[in-house]
Amino acid sequence: MAQVQRVVNRPGKIRRYLRGMAADWQLYALILLPVIWVFLMSYVPMNGILMSFQDYKIKKGIWNSPWVGLKHYIKFVNYPGFWQILGNTARISFYDLLTFPLAVILALLINELNSSKLRKTVQMVTYMPHFISTVVVCSMITLFTHRTNGLFNNIIALFGGERQAFLENAAAFPSIYVWSGVWQSLGWNSIIYLSALAGVSPELVEAAQIDGASRFQIVRHVNIPCIMPTFIITLILRCGSILNVGYEKILLLQNSLNLDTSQVISTYVYELGLLGGQYSYSTAVDMFNTVINVLCLLGVNYIAGRVSEVSLW
Amino acid sequence: MAAIRKSRSDRLFDTVNVVIMILVLFIMAYPIYFVIIASVSDPYQVTSGNVYLAPKGFTLEAYQNVFKESRILQGYANSILYTFAGTCWNLVLTIPLAYVLSRRKLRGRWLLTLYFLIPMYFKGGLVPTYLQVKNLGLLNQPYTLIILGGLNIYNMIVARVYFQTSIPDDLYEAAHIDGASQFRTFFSIMLPLAKPILAVITLYYAVWRWNDYFNALIYTSKQAYQPLQMVLRGILLMNENMTELMASAESAEAQADMARLAYIAQTMKYALIFIASAPMLIIYPFVQKHFVKGIMIGSLKG
Repeated sequence: MAQVQRVVNRPGKIRRYLRGMAADWQLYALILLPVIWVFLMSYVPMNGILMSFQDYKIKKGIWNSPWVGLKHYIKFVNYPGFWQILGNTARISFYDLLTFPLAVILALLINELNSSKLRKTVQMVTYMPHFISTVVVCSMITLFTHRTNGLFNNIIALFGGERQAFLENAAAFPSIYVWSGVWQSLGWNSIIYLSALAGVSPELVEAAQIDGASRFQIVRHVNIPCIMPTFIITLILRCGSILNVGYEKILLLQNSLNLDTSQVISTYVYELGLLGGQYSYSTAVDMFNTVINVLCLLGVNYIAGRVSEVSLW
Repeated sequence: MAAIRKSRSDRLFDTVNVVIMILVLFIMAYPIYFVIIASVSDPYQVTSGNVYLAPKGFTLEAYQNVFKESRILQGYANSILYTFAGTCWNLVLTIPLAYVLSRRKLRGRWLLTLYFLIPMYFKGGLVPTYLQVKNLGLLNQPYTLIILGGLNIYNMIVARVYFQTSIPDDLYEAAHIDGASQFRTFFSIMLPLAKPILAVITLYYAVWRWNDYFNALIYTSKQAYQPLQMVLRGILLMNENMTELMASAESAEAQADMARLAYIAQTMKYALIFIASAPMLIIYPFVQKHFVKGIMIGSLKG
C-alpha cells in the first residue's frame, strides 16, 4: 500500500521540485554567466584527458585525431630526464613543505608578544612581501645575487667570504627558490594561525598559570593543541599540491646553468607544449602530474581523518 | 596576569622572543628598504657596494630616466586598465555566484557547488587551456588580459561563507513576504549589506591583477598590450636594453655619458622595482585589515 502511494506521489514530487526551481528562476539567471564561464574555461580544457591519449593535430581537432593509447605516457616514463624532473619537482616541493611549520612558529611567537605595538609592527611588516609581485621578487633575487655588485655578495665580501654567482649554481637553486618563498609568504601564512590562536580560551590559559605553568609550557600544552586542527587542514591542502611546483616563479629564475635542478614538471610542460608545440605529449605529462596531486590529496586526507578526526570532507 | 609574578624563565622567554622578532623584522624589511635607498643613490656608490644603511649621493636621476621610457609608461597605463576593468569583471562573475550558492534553500545547490569545486582540483592543463583560449578568439586582443582569470574559486568561497554567516535567514523571508523579486533582493538588499566582503574580494583580485605576468606571457605577444610586469620582466630579467635611452645618446656630448648611462641602468632597475611595487605598498597599510578579514572568513569553513 505504502509503495503504491510512493509511486503515485513521485511525479508530483518532481513537479513540485521543478515548480520550485521555476519560481527561483532569477537566482539561476544570476549565475548563468559564471556557469558558462567555468564551462568554457575549465570544463572544455578537460578534453586534455582525451588529447593525452591521441596524436592531437589542430586541424583534425579532438574528435578526429588518431588514438594512440598510452604512447605519450610511456614516452614520458622512458624519457632519460624523467627521474631528474620528477626528482627536482619532489625536492623543491618537500623542501618547501619542511618550511611549512615556520608560519605556525611565527604565529605562536607573535601571540606571545607583550607589547601590542610591537605585535602590530611585526604583523604589518611580515605581511608586506606578500604584496610584491613574483617578477619583482625574482628581479630582486637576480640583482642581489649578482656576482660583482649584488647586495648579498657585497655583504659576503664585507665579512671576508667568497663571491658566488648563486643563480648559476644548480646546487643552490632549491634553497633560493624555497627561502625567497618563505620571505614572501611567511607572515601571510601565519595569519590563519593567529586567528586560531585568538580563539584559545583565556580561562584555559589562566588555569594553566594558576597551576604554575611557565610561558613555554602554556605554549606547548595549551596553544599548540588548540591550533592543531587548523594546522592539519592547511597541511592537507598543502599536500594536495605536493607535485605542483608552479611555473610562474621558476621560469623567471631558470637559466641554462641551473637547469639541472630547476627543470620541474610544470616548466617542462611549458617548454614542450607552448614553445615546442608537442601538444599531446606535454598534456600527458600535465595529466600525470594532476593525477598524482589528486591522489596525494585524497591519501593525506584519508590518513588525517584516521589519525586525528580532522579532514576536509 | 599581573597578579602572578613573572618567573625568571618567563622573562628569558620574553627576551628571546623579542630578539627573534626584531631579527624577523629586519629580514623582512631590509630587502625592500635597500631597493628604496639604492634607487635614490649615486649609481657608482651602489655598484661598488658602499650603500647599506642610508642612500649615498642622493639623486633622483634614476626615476627621471625611468619615466622617459615610453615602454614603461605604456605598461603602467595598461596595468592600471587591466587591474581596474579586470577586477570589475571578476566581481561580476564572483559576487552573484557566491550569493546564490549561499542560499540554503536553492534547489540543486549541492550539485552546483560541486560543479564549481571540481576545477579547483582537476585542471585540464596548460596546453588544452591555451588551445581553448585560442579557439574562443581571445588570443592577443586588447581585452585578453581583462577577460582571462575571470573567476577565482577560492575568492568565491570566501564571499559565500560571508553571505552564509552574516546575513540572517529572516532577512530573506522578510524580503520575500514584502514581495521583492530575487533580483531586487540581491541588488537592493544583499549587495549593500555585503560591502565589507566586496572590499575584501576587490582587493584580492586587484592585487593579483596588478602582480600577474603569466597570463600576459602566454596569451599576449603584442608589445602594446603588455602589462607593467612583463615590461619589468623584459628589462630586469631578460636584460633587454633600455633602448630608447641608449638611442637618445647620439649627440657627442651624450656619447661621452654612455659609460655613466650604463651605471644609471643599474639604479634604474631599483627605481623600476620600487615604482612597480609602490601602488601595492602604499595602499597596503590602509587596507591590511580587509585582507586579514578575508583570511579569517575563509578559514571558517573552506
